[in-house]
Amino acid sequence: MVLKSDVHPIVGSDDVVRVRQVARQWAAELKFSLVDQTKLVTATSELARNTLEHGKGGRMRVELVENGARRGIRLTFEDEGPGIANIELALRDGYTTGSGLGLGLSGSKRLMNEFDIKSETGRGTTVTVTRWK
Amino acid sequence: MSSFHEVIRKNESSILAGWLAEMASSNRRSDLMSDAELRQQATELLRLVTNAAETSTDPMSEAFSSTRDYLKDIAKSRMEQGFSPAETALFILSLKQPVFNALRDTAGISPTKLVTEILTAGTVLDRLAVETVNNAVEFRDLVISRQQEEMLELSTPVVKLWEGVLALPLIGTLDSARTQVVMESLLSAIVETNSQIAIIDITGVPTVDTLVAQHLIKTITAARLMGADCYLSGIRPAIAQTIVHLGIDLVDVQTKAKLADAFALALTRLGKTVVNAKQVAKSTNKREEA
Repeated sequence: MVLKSDVHPIVGSDDVVRVRQVARQWAAELKFSLVDQTKLVTATSELARNTLEHGKGGRMRVELVENGARRGIRLTFEDEGPGIANIELALRDGYTTGSGLGLGLSGSKRLMNEFDIKSETGRGTTVTVTRWK
Repeated sequence: MSSFHEVIRKNESSILAGWLAEMASSNRRSDLMSDAELRQQATELLRLVTNAAETSTDPMSEAFSSTRDYLKDIAKSRMEQGFSPAETALFILSLKQPVFNALRDTAGISPTKLVTEILTAGTVLDRLAVETVNNAVEFRDLVISRQQEEMLELSTPVVKLWEGVLALPLIGTLDSARTQVVMESLLSAIVETNSQIAIIDITGVPTVDTLVAQHLIKTITAARLMGADCYLSGIRPAIAQTIVHLGIDLVDVQTKAKLADAFALALTRLGKTVVNAKQVAKSTNKREEA
């Protein structure tokens, strides 16, 4: 169940910093531990940068979700970029089409509790991640 | 006959009085500016506008160039005095009412002429007000970009901890522009001070993601190529766990939790030890007695 939601655009490198602050704020509001906050913020940073650099910009939806007694934060990164041809390959450690370390996507998966990626070549990519408290 | 600049010229003192009264009622900030200064600015501007309007009604034309220059000065000084751009625009916009009043009270003016002149005067003053806001914002942008440059310079100080030991305390977000500055200043400081060891402290970096890690690894590799050892310090528990989950490989990098630990390690590598001065003195005395 979604209790609260908000959408933030990601069009410039300033926005990566801004959505990171949003994630930190929401995590602090939910009283996440410092380690969990850092994990969420770092994953946000990775995914937002992917949206910007590979997806040519998009947006992040942040939601406060509830599942029974558990509460968590769900982040959805959407873009209308070129999409990912081979998701399995993209999720492999060290694989990159850019000049980075190739750990952003796989690393974010390990930093979060739930990870879902949908992509269609030429249509864009949607990454949904959830971190439970 | 009876163009608005002629009307202004004829009724200059009453328009000026009306303008000052208008400002007093709407946006007078006597805390920021004296009455005398305001009156002087208003008189000068009214004179410039009237002269320019004699030859042209286009505020962007050559005739208005001295008016625009004067407004630029006004915008700059207003910004420095702490006025908002809106308050600066109101300074000009509040001239409209007294001018319109003077036109209305002009004897023998036809309704058509009145409307035309009011429209012309209104447009001229509006354009001038917009121009002033533009100037004000430009001036503010200039200040911001200057501050950004200053911050870029200030935010990456390389400090010498000991003969041969440098420290680079990083604070804030490491975007690409800043990383470049960081790398350059560290590498040139290594050469200048002939240092063997450089400590990069990331206590003040809020988020360490793969991009930041990559920048750090590149800087450390470059320093190593120049023959200096690089230690990474200030790794908080939360950051350490995050780095592990992300899968970043920092095995080749000497890391420490605190800057003090890294400094102690650096001294050990250089063959120096820190001793308690009192105890040294005591033991020397004993030796002398013996």
